[in-house]
Amino acid sequence: MGAVGLAGIVGLALALVPAFAGSFAVDFVTRIMITAIFAASLDLLVGATGLVCFGQAAFFGIGAYAAVLLTPSDGTAAVLWMLPACMACAAGYALAIGALALRTRGAYFIMITLAFAQMAYYIAHDTALGGGTDGIYLPARPTLGFGLDLGRAAILHGFVLVNLAVVFGFLALLLRSRFGRALAGIRENEQRMRAAGFSTYPYKLAAFAVSGAIAGLAGFLFAIKDGFVNPELLAWHESGAILVIVILGGLGTLRGALMGAVAFALLREFFQSETVFGTFARHWNLGFGLAIIACVALLPRGLAGVPAQWRVRAAARPTRRGAVR
Amino acid sequence: MSDADVWMRARDITHRWGGLVAVDRVSIALERGGVHALIGTNGAGKSTLVNILSGELVPTEGRVELLARDVSGWPQPRRARAGIGRSYQRSTIFARFTVFENCRLAAQAAEQRPWNWWRDARRCEASAAAARAALARTGLDDVLDRSAGLLSHGQKRQLELAMCLATGPKVLLLDEPLAGTGPEETDRMLGLLAELRQDHAILLVEHDMDAVFRIADRITVMVNGAVLASGTPLAVRQDPAVQAAYLGGH
Amino acid sequence: MDLVTFLIQCLNSLQYGLLLFLVASGLTLIFGIMGVINLAHGSFYMIGAYMAFALAPIVGAAVGGGFFATLLVGFVLAVVLGYAIEWCFFSFLYGREHLQQVLMTYGLILVFEELRSLLVGDEVHGVAPPPLLSGSLPLGHVMTYPVYRLFMSGVCLAIAAGLYFVFTRTRLGMMIRAGSVNPEMVQSLGIDIKFLFRIVFAAGTALAALAGMVAAPVSSVYPGMGNSVLILCFVIVVVGGIGSVRGALLAALLIGAVDTFGKVLLPQAAGVLVYVLMALILLWKPQGLLRAG
Repeated sequence: MGAVGLAGIVGLALALVPAFAGSFAVDFVTRIMITAIFAASLDLLVGATGLVCFGQAAFFGIGAYAAVLLTPSDGTAAVLWMLPACMACAAGYALAIGALALRTRGAYFIMITLAFAQMAYYIAHDTALGGGTDGIYLPARPTLGFGLDLGRAAILHGFVLVNLAVVFGFLALLLRSRFGRALAGIRENEQRMRAAGFSTYPYKLAAFAVSGAIAGLAGFLFAIKDGFVNPELLAWHESGAILVIVILGGLGTLRGALMGAVAFALLREFFQSETVFGTFARHWNLGFGLAIIACVALLPRGLAGVPAQWRVRAAARPTRRGAVR
Repeated sequence: MSDADVWMRARDITHRWGGLVAVDRVSIALERGGVHALIGTNGAGKSTLVNILSGELVPTEGRVELLARDVSGWPQPRRARAGIGRSYQRSTIFARFTVFENCRLAAQAAEQRPWNWWRDARRCEASAAAARAALARTGLDDVLDRSAGLLSHGQKRQLELAMCLATGPKVLLLDEPLAGTGPEETDRMLGLLAELRQDHAILLVEHDMDAVFRIADRITVMVNGAVLASGTPLAVRQDPAVQAAYLGGH
Repeated sequence: MDLVTFLIQCLNSLQYGLLLFLVASGLTLIFGIMGVINLAHGSFYMIGAYMAFALAPIVGAAVGGGFFATLLVGFVLAVVLGYAIEWCFFSFLYGREHLQQVLMTYGLILVFEELRSLLVGDEVHGVAPPPLLSGSLPLGHVMTYPVYRLFMSGVCLAIAAGLYFVFTRTRLGMMIRAGSVNPEMVQSLGIDIKFLFRIVFAAGTALAALAGMVAAPVSSVYPGMGNSVLILCFVIVVVGGIGSVRGALLAALLIGAVDTFGKVLLPQAAGVLVYVLMALILLWKPQGLLRAG
């Protein structure tokens, strides 16, 4: 069947959703696609390069806030310039954080990314720029051109789908390119990469900037979908959640980003459902937290790794009486 | 020893960790066509010296020259690109990649072109050819598609050396390549080193004394961070200070 | 700003910095010795504060004790809780990748927050300082300074001194330091390294809980207190220097000062100033202020 064929089928299925489903379902699927783009951006850092970033929500939030703040109060903006501008804002912050954070390693890197993301949160939360705790409404949706109105759910859905396809296509090419292979080498054994002659800092910084840009794109799409942004988008709980999604789906695989987004959305609907849990549904984070703990303990390679795990277990059975490698 | 053949030189290298002197005014020269062995007990400062030569450590004092250029301030990747290949005592191979991809990726360092994001790296002819050549030289061309983590210990050491060679270096810094290898593999490795010495300058850190005396053209003995003796194998073996301090009843 | 106000803010900085150091020292301990990054560390601070609130009436009714009795009971409970948590969740995180540690401890944060919400609720509470310490000392002609805040600084200093003593002068401290450098060797010497790690973890989390209990009368008890403290702890560890406890103290005092004076001088930017400080220090010294040791 091949990966491209599978992607085509999934893409087609997603494209047909507005034709067959009600408005709630369309909104749900659009949201999942935006989350998948967000997850893919983090996967580039964590899965592909081995950099555990706990501040991805900052780039998402900056992309979203940029969309709102760059819209002129009297007229409308054009997607043509606004989309790259929002990505550039997010990428800029990523470059600034990356330049400082990438000079450390391991746990210190994680701590610094968390701290700088929190700085962005405070800027949104406390300063006049951010509009405070209440957040800001998007004055008007940007125009797409060709007479397409992003205010209509089906059009927006299609637009997000196109972005998803472009991002995933780009990342697929990037990961198998020289740059992507170098990132993989850095993840596997940075010492060997340096000994061979790769200056690893510029590679990691570039990955950081690209990741920030893609997360900013997801934020931009979110802003034009919901028409409203607030500081909680940059809260570190969001950074934690997207990290969980990436792990849940499976590190280092693009389809894992999509699977993780789907699984997370379904899990959250389930845990938040009052019909199942009654008033206890308010405390859905408890179930979520326990699920994360269980996942780390039982599923070391995420959902995408489950088939491989089953295969390994099946192959190991007949040889159990003989020597196992 | 003509100066043009000295491809790497360290002058008066001293390195201090706080109060401890790990390397004490060591000078060493690596010439093309020779295997220069560096021996000494554990803690003698050999690894520190090699890390200083490769660029992983900045010495407290001293100069490092590569191909007649002062590279003392150069970080490791830059020195590697200028012609140093380094192998480690504990293999730094990419366990999850195939043997071929291990070498190809290492070879990619010589011609990186990271901006070319749309082209499949495996289509890169230059790195593929360099990898195949290095793997053929080290005798691994029958396991190209095997996952590197599944190789035997001896094969992993061979792969480590192949990755070293993949970038076409002039100077080889080899840290205990024979560690844990059996007699057959040791013979093979020494044969390979004999071949390589013609167009490389090789520094060999080793504990296996038989191997050292078989292959080395010059030997430097380090004790407590300083050079105890340096010269031809015969001279070193007969040096009474060396016999007392290190070779014991050899 | 006149001299008395300045003095008051200095005292506040000191008190806040020392409190932060108390919490951060637990984090540095656990990370430095066991190599585990524990995001749930802030939750123990929050648990401590809520314990101070929730236990006070119980301790008062059962034993007739006041604030100090509550403190003692809370501390013992925190040690037990830390011991249990380490045994259940953390013991198999050692040696795992940081990513898994981050995820699991993030899950723990969520669990702790919801459990607190279920057991004690989400309201903000005040805790009264003990009558003995609720007075004020006069400063200058008009101003006074709360005795309790001085008590807080005193407690933090005493504990810091105690930690220093245990680590450098006792056998236990020696074993712990050895265990962090070479656990296998320590184990082969017949010392139970698992038990040692469990003690260290329990101590680290108990320190955080104690800090929360001591801070409760001043900062009041509210749901998000664990998270804000945690991130400040991370900033302290990063600014202070990799592996350096002395650096953590220096950083904590610095951050205490920046935060306190920032709130007074630039209230709009107060939340951001600490991070700007971190950015500037990292620009100047990428590995933090001090080296380990």
